[in-house]
Amino acid sequence: MIPEIGHFALIMALVVSVVLTVLPLLGATFSNERWVALAKPAARMQLLFMLLAYGCLTYAFITFDFSVRYVASTSHSSLPLLYRISGVWGAHEGSLLLWALILSLWMGAVTVFSRSIPRVMLARVLGVMGFVAVGFLLFLLVTSNPFERLIPAPADGRSLNPLLQDPGLAIHPPMLYMGYVGFSVAFAFAVAAMLGGKLDAAWTRWVRPWTNIAWMFLTLGIALGSWWAYYELGWGGWWFWDPVENASLMPWLVGTALIHSLAVSEKRGAFKAWTVLLAVFAFSLSLLGTFLVRSGVLTSVHAFASDPGRGLFILLFLATVVGLSLTLYAFRADRFKSDVSFQLFSRETGLLLNNVILVVMTATVLLGTLYPLVLDALGVGKLSVGPPYFNSVMVPLGIPLVIVMGLGVLLRWKRDSISRLGTDLALLVIIAVGVGLLFSLLLHYDWEGYDWEGMAAIGLIMAVWIAVTTLFWVWKQKRTASVWGAALAHAGMAIMIIGISLTSLYSSEKDIRLSAGQQYQLAGYDFQFQGVKKVSDVSYDAYQGIVDISRNGQPVSHLEPQKRVYRVQTMPMTEAGIDAGLFRDLFVALGEPLEGDAWSLRVYHKPFIRWIWLGAILMAVGGILAAGDRRYRLKVEGRSHA
Amino acid sequence: MLKYFVPLGAFLLLVALLAVGLKLDPREVPSPFIGKPAPAIEAVQLDAAAGTFSSTSLKGKVWLLNVWASWCGECQREHPVLTELVQGQNLTAVGLNYKDAASDANRWLAQFGNPFTSIVADPQGKVGLDWGVYGTPETFIIDQQGIIRYKHIGPMSQKAVTEKILPLLAELRNGGKP
Repeated sequence: MIPEIGHFALIMALVVSVVLTVLPLLGATFSNERWVALAKPAARMQLLFMLLAYGCLTYAFITFDFSVRYVASTSHSSLPLLYRISGVWGAHEGSLLLWALILSLWMGAVTVFSRSIPRVMLARVLGVMGFVAVGFLLFLLVTSNPFERLIPAPADGRSLNPLLQDPGLAIHPPMLYMGYVGFSVAFAFAVAAMLGGKLDAAWTRWVRPWTNIAWMFLTLGIALGSWWAYYELGWGGWWFWDPVENASLMPWLVGTALIHSLAVSEKRGAFKAWTVLLAVFAFSLSLLGTFLVRSGVLTSVHAFASDPGRGLFILLFLATVVGLSLTLYAFRADRFKSDVSFQLFSRETGLLLNNVILVVMTATVLLGTLYPLVLDALGVGKLSVGPPYFNSVMVPLGIPLVIVMGLGVLLRWKRDSISRLGTDLALLVIIAVGVGLLFSLLLHYDWEGYDWEGMAAIGLIMAVWIAVTTLFWVWKQKRTASVWGAALAHAGMAIMIIGISLTSLYSSEKDIRLSAGQQYQLAGYDFQFQGVKKVSDVSYDAYQGIVDISRNGQPVSHLEPQKRVYRVQTMPMTEAGIDAGLFRDLFVALGEPLEGDAWSLRVYHKPFIRWIWLGAILMAVGGILAAGDRRYRLKVEGRSHA
Repeated sequence: MLKYFVPLGAFLLLVALLAVGLKLDPREVPSPFIGKPAPAIEAVQLDAAAGTFSSTSLKGKVWLLNVWASWCGECQREHPVLTELVQGQNLTAVGLNYKDAASDANRWLAQFGNPFTSIVADPQGKVGLDWGVYGTPETFIIDQQGIIRYKHIGPMSQKAVTEKILPLLAELRNGGKP
């Protein structure tokens, strides 16, 4: 009975979404006040139905209702409560339901924080979001109904993919979806502005906090995914340029560009058409990511169930949403022409360069992700583009981006001159180069004895450059929440750059064969293998290795890496033993049993890897701080038509 | 004015590409082994009493090699399709039990049925290495001259069986004429 209620609620949500799309958008066009007024209550009712549907599926999971096909294929009677709740988004149908629910939550949030927004504008924004909801609900109901029954019900379920039985991964998808779907708000505002034909500073003040919050969630979601891949997949890496990872990176890059372009639109009234285009792109890339993950056109370590029929649906939907918005853009963009001018040496130029580089980066990632598909479609052959391609193109793009990042904050709006900046600029460059070099030499001579690497020195100089320019900027500014937010985000970038450069250059790893009692030395640490014992848990049996780590005779850590076999899905999983530290991680993964009591082990020494995720957290904090700036909450003088 | 149409044009190109991509199968990876003589197998069998398996004993026969393991969920999904193919065609099927423990493998066979004529035990994945195995399941078809004629990566679907494998088997049995 409960699943049928959920199914019904989903159908009702679709019906309400259709109303939400059609009437307010028509009302806004033909000035029908009553239809315009429908937007807010309809959006809230849609949210209620979605909450009901989602609640019903969660209930089916918690109560082990294996007569629901989706529950039977993703849950099992041995799953603990946490994974029954997170299991709802553990496979295709449920994660789409979560996607749709989050869209409704964003719509609900827009209805609450909309006091300063004119009613017609609000009607258009909600109407556009309603249109997106119609697409996703149709997709759910037609191709991926999570409430479908399985009669007769099996005695037990097929259980959740063991990779997903992990607290980090339980919250990774909701975070990521909050980010993906969050860009739908900026997108809806962009389309609403194009429909209305007007875009002013007030518009940018409505859009900026929404964009920041979505970007914050996306940043955290990506960082969580990277952290999870690091400790759960047992490969010791933190980014693999996997198509699914790329799918989340592309909206992030464009979202970052959008945040900066919005700043120019608000402060100077320039780049308006460009800002609208970026808002459309950020959400389009989120949809494209959904398509790539859900359709199976690309193979990936994220081996989700995929199905070309579903792929075709998403592709048609993507084509409709993005095609319509870009057609609208083609006809309306010239209304957003900027009437302001700026000189070559100005902050506008800095931000323009920032935007160009970020968009080129996105295009590069898109190209690398789709390249195998292009060759395949042309019938040339099968080929995969791996990390070598991405690393060799992203680093040369990253360095100018960082230089502009530091320079941009120093420059004044509209017009600036070298002579004004002269001394400060020279001083900052000298500090950045000096301190960066000093750190790289310290790493070599004094501290860890790493080889001196030119790239490490460049990475450190870049990081210090961002740090000192940011500090200088904050010092010279009126320090509002926006300024602090931007400064934190930039500082986060500096920390992440340190993490990426040093981890990439100084990590060491070794595959070794050890018998109980033997030891191996890596990067000055002695890894002593004490043997393997069998352990069991509710859902798996495991071999657990015991490794004691010491340095110069002093004990450092005791690790227990596991090789698990989950009983229900009989799938082997590596659970690495990790000793985390601010300056280095020690990482041991248990390999295969060899003859006698010997095992193959993989040991890693990963300096500064935590800084990558620490940087991401700082960026996210910066994003939310800036979104809370007072000026976004001030009510704009009442005009009822935008 | 025209420049504002550029994003739309680029996007339409992308959609066309993705539409073509949907029709293709990313699992279909051409193997350098196709058309080459099958690597010889000399290895112990899963059933230790059956002694050593030698692929030379299959010379002159059309046979199938299926790489599987008890820890592989997709193999379980593939199993009914494989069983029907082998029994329906009265085909000689060799199983390659890849990186698996014998006890687990036997329990798995007892539970889901054993369609194989013989099963080679490959606990270290050495035979798999010779054959260029990416993962499980994978299926090869070898002709009378010992040449690999077909390779399927991932679980075989009923569609792959009817569209690719059955015509190939008919052709091979007909002495190479389609």
